[in-house]
Amino acid sequence: MAKKLSFLNKLALNKESLEGGHRLCPGCGHSIIIRMVLNTALQEGYQPVMSNATGCLEVCTGLYPYSSWNIPWIHNAFENAAATISGAEAMYRSLSRRGKLDNDKIVFIAFGSDGGTYDIGLQALSGAAERGHRFLYVCDDNEAYQNTGNQRSSATPYGTRTTTSAVGAIDPIGKKQKRKEIVEIMGAHGIYAAQASPSHWMDLIKKVKKGLKQNGPAYLNVIQPCTTGWGYDPKDTINYAKLAVETCIWPLYEIENRRSKVNVKPKNKLPVEAYLKGQKRYAHLFTPQGKETLERIQKLTDERWEFLLEREKAGF
Amino acid sequence: MSKRVALSGNEAAAHAIRQINPDVIAAFPITPSTPIPMNVSQFIADGKMTTEFVTVESEHSAISACVGASASGGRVMTATSANGLALMFEILYIASGMRLPIVAPVVARALSGPLNIHGDFSDVYGVRESGWVELFCQDSQEFYDTIIQGVRIAETESVLTPVMPIADGFDISHTVENWYMEDDEAVKEFIGEYHPKFSLLDTKHPVTFGAWAPPDWYYENRRNQLEGLLSAYEATKKIDQEFGEKFGRSYGVIEKYRSDDAELIVVGMGAVSGTIKDAVDQMRENGVSAGFVRVKLFRPFPYKDVIDALKGAKAIGVFDRCISAGAQTAALCTDVRSAMYGNSTVPIINYTYGLGGRDTTVEHVKEVIEQLKDAAEGKTVSPVNYINLRA
Amino acid sequence: MSGKNDFIIPGCDKNGNLLGWRSIEIGGMVTEAGNSRTYETGSWRNEQPVWNADTCIDCMMCWLGCPDTAIITKEGHMAGIDYFKCKGCGICVEQCPTDPKSLTMLPEEEAKDLSLEEKIKTAFNKE
Repeated sequence: MAKKLSFLNKLALNKESLEGGHRLCPGCGHSIIIRMVLNTALQEGYQPVMSNATGCLEVCTGLYPYSSWNIPWIHNAFENAAATISGAEAMYRSLSRRGKLDNDKIVFIAFGSDGGTYDIGLQALSGAAERGHRFLYVCDDNEAYQNTGNQRSSATPYGTRTTTSAVGAIDPIGKKQKRKEIVEIMGAHGIYAAQASPSHWMDLIKKVKKGLKQNGPAYLNVIQPCTTGWGYDPKDTINYAKLAVETCIWPLYEIENRRSKVNVKPKNKLPVEAYLKGQKRYAHLFTPQGKETLERIQKLTDERWEFLLEREKAGF
Repeated sequence: MSKRVALSGNEAAAHAIRQINPDVIAAFPITPSTPIPMNVSQFIADGKMTTEFVTVESEHSAISACVGASASGGRVMTATSANGLALMFEILYIASGMRLPIVAPVVARALSGPLNIHGDFSDVYGVRESGWVELFCQDSQEFYDTIIQGVRIAETESVLTPVMPIADGFDISHTVENWYMEDDEAVKEFIGEYHPKFSLLDTKHPVTFGAWAPPDWYYENRRNQLEGLLSAYEATKKIDQEFGEKFGRSYGVIEKYRSDDAELIVVGMGAVSGTIKDAVDQMRENGVSAGFVRVKLFRPFPYKDVIDALKGAKAIGVFDRCISAGAQTAALCTDVRSAMYGNSTVPIINYTYGLGGRDTTVEHVKEVIEQLKDAAEGKTVSPVNYINLRA
Repeated sequence: MSGKNDFIIPGCDKNGNLLGWRSIEIGGMVTEAGNSRTYETGSWRNEQPVWNADTCIDCMMCWLGCPDTAIITKEGHMAGIDYFKCKGCGICVEQCPTDPKSLTMLPEEEAKDLSLEEKIKTAFNKE
């Protein structure tokens, strides 16, 4: 007798867009998130076409002569996933208009990590968003250039140790600058922009659906704990994503029509230590010299969280 | 019926693009090629072409979008110059590596610094190893014709390699000349339909574009790619001949101008060719056995044709509109010397000219031919010379 | 499942020799979608998850959290572990909400000579 199918059972009926046998680290957050995104697209009846910026996901899933992709997929370079997908989308519109293609199920998804999104790819992303191509851009934010070995990016939070924001005898802090709020930047393009976490998968799936329904660009920023760069046990990837949300270090919110909404408000907001401890990149905070930095991280987190709540309350 | 028009080189390019009516164009303005996207925008607004025009925010995104569009199975074009081409550099290799038949007319211009917007081959020489077909044109007519031919060359199955038709900035792009524009229908018929080998939009047959190749695969992929570029030699000859049969104009991979019996041969490319031909004519009138060989197809380099054309010469002077910094001679001269190695022992002398829009006149070329005469007679001539440069 | 010799290895001819430059597809294309399924990543593992179907509630949280599509599904339901793919990260065990857990990790050394039934017995201390 067939068992009743839950939402996830139904999701699992889809043929995986991303095959196993890829070379991502055990416990990598990339494939967890991208599977959620693509399975949602399939569930909605779409046929995703994907462009992938250079990075861990790209090198580990498209290692010639292997490919882990069961969907049309292109990797062009590091900084141009958005420009590449805009070309594909333009071709789709052209061929459809000219009667050479008849497929209203195709959706375009561009994918990059924080390096290819916040930094080297920001111009191409902004351009593609301004031009209004119909695509969902997903940034797996692992808060540093992980593919080249954990160098700081503009997504790296204040007080983080990376290989280019080192902590040492005379430097107890690590990165001295705050992270760039990319969701605000993308929201300022007048497009749907949201922040999500694989731990809160229902929220993430809802946002993917919303993004794919836009008759234009949409941006999704997803926290992607990196077992290798952040330095934790591979089994804890989703656990850390969850703690990031529960400490309000990673607020789940969205900007739609330039108005923001905080989607998840933890009933019991945990202190930042709950998330930071156990990650090697934050080990320096749990020494006498790191106390001040730790306090400042709590302060920055609280300020940011309060701002989001206030803004939501104010109705913009 | 073709009609005779008086329009600039940029307008010639724009009209070729209008008639090709590609599925997607992604382009960014830069002097001196800006009028190409400007005209395209106007043609679209006027309903004269139906291309999807992606008005990108940089040349890097222009060529990146072209890659995405071309991989999606349609006909794709862009146009650029100088720093724009330099900004595309990274992606030019990716476009050719993916065997995408993009056609990108380039209006050649000097590279900064100092900033200079005028004619010069620094940009197109700089990307000569990117695996693109490079075709140098001598005037607006040829620029127009070559862009149309370029579509066919790029899309030839054995080639499937991007093509760069090249015209000197200002000398051709902004000079109004009389040239023949063919009927829209005749051009459409000549270029035919494009049937892509792979497409991202073919969701029934998903393919992976742009996998990374480790050391045990990169080398094989590069050698495989080279075969496509080399095939452009035969394809260019064949398509140019077909073009000639249909429209009455063809160019070959090189052009030989009074060179068959010439003892002193000048070799060059692009807009300076007219000046060189005038100089050759005047020298011939004075009884000097001068000739000119114009290289049209620069990549892949037509070695055999160049050897055949130059093997009877007693001295050869090669014109380069670029300094190949630190090399013994600039790029065209180096290629000519390489071709002639083992085939000739005559002096092959390099002449740098026209950098950043500097004039080169008939008198300058006549001086060169006089110098070649000296060289042929065994007199010492500097192997590298700078035309019209203040000492 | 061994996964070996059931297929032509990507980039190889029928005899398993790497293809030369004349034989490969142009443009660095990979035309066989998802062919990494033939690449074994199970060998990376130091520990392996073992599934106890008796206590499993088929919530699919393990499937959702698996980075390697190593949870075998049958018509949408949890049906076991694909040891050819599983890298042994342990996320599935973390994700499992039942008490006691329906998935647990067993060191590879202990598991390697056991049948699936024996593994379940060992892992869950069943009689």
